[in-house]
Amino acid sequence: MFRYFLKRVAGAIPTLFVIVTITFFLIRAAPGGPFDQEQTLPPEIMANLQSAYGLDQPILTQYGRYLRALAHGDFGPSFKYKDFSVTELIGQGFPVTLQLGVIAMALALMLGIPIGTFAALHHNSAGDYATMSLAVAGIAIPSFVVLPFIGLLFGIYLRWLPVAGWEPGSMRYLVLPVVALALPPLSVIARLTRSSMLEVLSSHYVRTAFAKGLPLHLVIVRHALRPALMPVASYLAPAVASIMTGSLVVESIAGLPGIGRYLVQGALNRDYTLVMGMVIIYSALLIAMGLLVDLLYAWLDPRVRLER
Amino acid sequence: MSSVMAGLAPPAGGPWRGALRHLRTNPGMRISLAVILAIVALAAFGPWLNPNGIETLDWSHVASPPGLQGAHWFGTDRLGRDLFARTLEGTRVSLGVGLVASLVSLLVGVSYGAVAGYIGGSTDELMMRIIEILSGLPLIFFVIFLTVIFGRNEYLLFLSIGAVGWLTMARIVRGQTLSIRRREFIEAAVASGAGTGRIIAKHVIPNVIGPVIVYATLTVPQIIMFESFLSFLGLGIQEPQASLGTLIAEGAGEMEAASWMLLIPGGFLAVLLLCLNIFGDGLRDALDVKER
Repeated sequence: MFRYFLKRVAGAIPTLFVIVTITFFLIRAAPGGPFDQEQTLPPEIMANLQSAYGLDQPILTQYGRYLRALAHGDFGPSFKYKDFSVTELIGQGFPVTLQLGVIAMALALMLGIPIGTFAALHHNSAGDYATMSLAVAGIAIPSFVVLPFIGLLFGIYLRWLPVAGWEPGSMRYLVLPVVALALPPLSVIARLTRSSMLEVLSSHYVRTAFAKGLPLHLVIVRHALRPALMPVASYLAPAVASIMTGSLVVESIAGLPGIGRYLVQGALNRDYTLVMGMVIIYSALLIAMGLLVDLLYAWLDPRVRLER
Repeated sequence: MSSVMAGLAPPAGGPWRGALRHLRTNPGMRISLAVILAIVALAAFGPWLNPNGIETLDWSHVASPPGLQGAHWFGTDRLGRDLFARTLEGTRVSLGVGLVASLVSLLVGVSYGAVAGYIGGSTDELMMRIIEILSGLPLIFFVIFLTVIFGRNEYLLFLSIGAVGWLTMARIVRGQTLSIRRREFIEAAVASGAGTGRIIAKHVIPNVIGPVIVYATLTVPQIIMFESFLSFLGLGIQEPQASLGTLIAEGAGEMEAASWMLLIPGGFLAVLLLCLNIFGDGLRDALDVKER
């Protein structure tokens, strides 16, 4: 297990390297530069700025320098947020984004799995139809529509919760964004759990478990749940990707000081290093998630052999 | 021919009969179809119903709520532009992008999947490996980059959104192709001397088209959602043109003072996506298409 883990971590490095390389040349191929402004800067100042950030060097030299700094864990200075390094910017915003994402993911799993199981156990009942209709709505309606709608209802009409803003340590500001962000993955998880649970419940070993007189909750917990969660496990990586993309808009609507805004803003401002930092962080997270899913798979299904 | 088909035969009367039966017995599907057709008709013929233009500024009715004043049925925005006209324009743009980009992803996905499945062997393995890698990447970032780098060009928007949607389609088509590859009619075509390209185009693709159409109906709402997401971020459709995404972004900023600016385009998008999803899901259940 441990050897497999190390092998996968080592395998992630070339993937990240390819992503870093593609992003580096792609963003530099874009017209315009980080110091373009409404009024053109005098050429001397422009030249000074360019050389201060090493942008006057040939692109391959810049690439080499960037990689060397990156290998030491240095993401470089931000070009637009003067006096801030990319590490500082991401370091400030990341805890907020992480908090938002982790709570949303936990909510999606902790509600989605029981709801799906409930629907499967009450197959073709009114409860099944009701929950699955809600799930279609949850999948169909994007979070940037859900969030303003629930903000209008709970924030402006009922005045229960703040619509937007942020206060460190206060959970009140996270409630609405978390709900909006969690709904789509929650709905997918409920649907996946329901359909795979239906399949498992009709299998022979579950029939046997019932036949030997085991009560329902024990059949579910001991026998049915584990195999039924396989599709949910393989959905985890796409779920994380969907929460990441969702948080780009949710943070901006809710005014949360996370890192979501840096990606689009950084790309529009040609803030090369900031964009690179964001892409690296997000890709690393996704790769880590993929690894976690594989480990989870081996735990859920003993027939899966990791060491090959 | 009928004995050959028996093994994998769809329900009697062919897949489309099954879909029609489903449409008759499934009220959700019927209602969704009616709502979709109503929205499409409204988007198409709306401009003839209401005299107000998309960019006309009506300074006597600025940010006025929905009503009959000045024929602003859905109210106006901060600049006095008619929200009925703009919402319909946004719906038209979103539907248009959804259809064109789905078509792009359909063309790419079907040909890729059919080639991989028919040729098989190491070619198939390589092609599927590429899909696996691509679907592991956060493609939204690349779309953001593309739109940033090459400017906010609408054709590019169609292309890049379509480029995101073809992966699942290719997987489905490949699976279907694998299941018919060894059938007699393909062998007969090979024996009669047809080339690989001709077999794929004339014999493989026509026989996998059912699931393709089903999945395409599910691709349309995904792409509409994606387009409005990009427009919401300011990377998609630009002013003065409207898309439902840009209208929702504007409305979200004004929701305290002018909630209709959010509720109307948001409601249109939500209802449209919901109905497209219900209809696509129903069609998929009727034809029993597996997504993997």
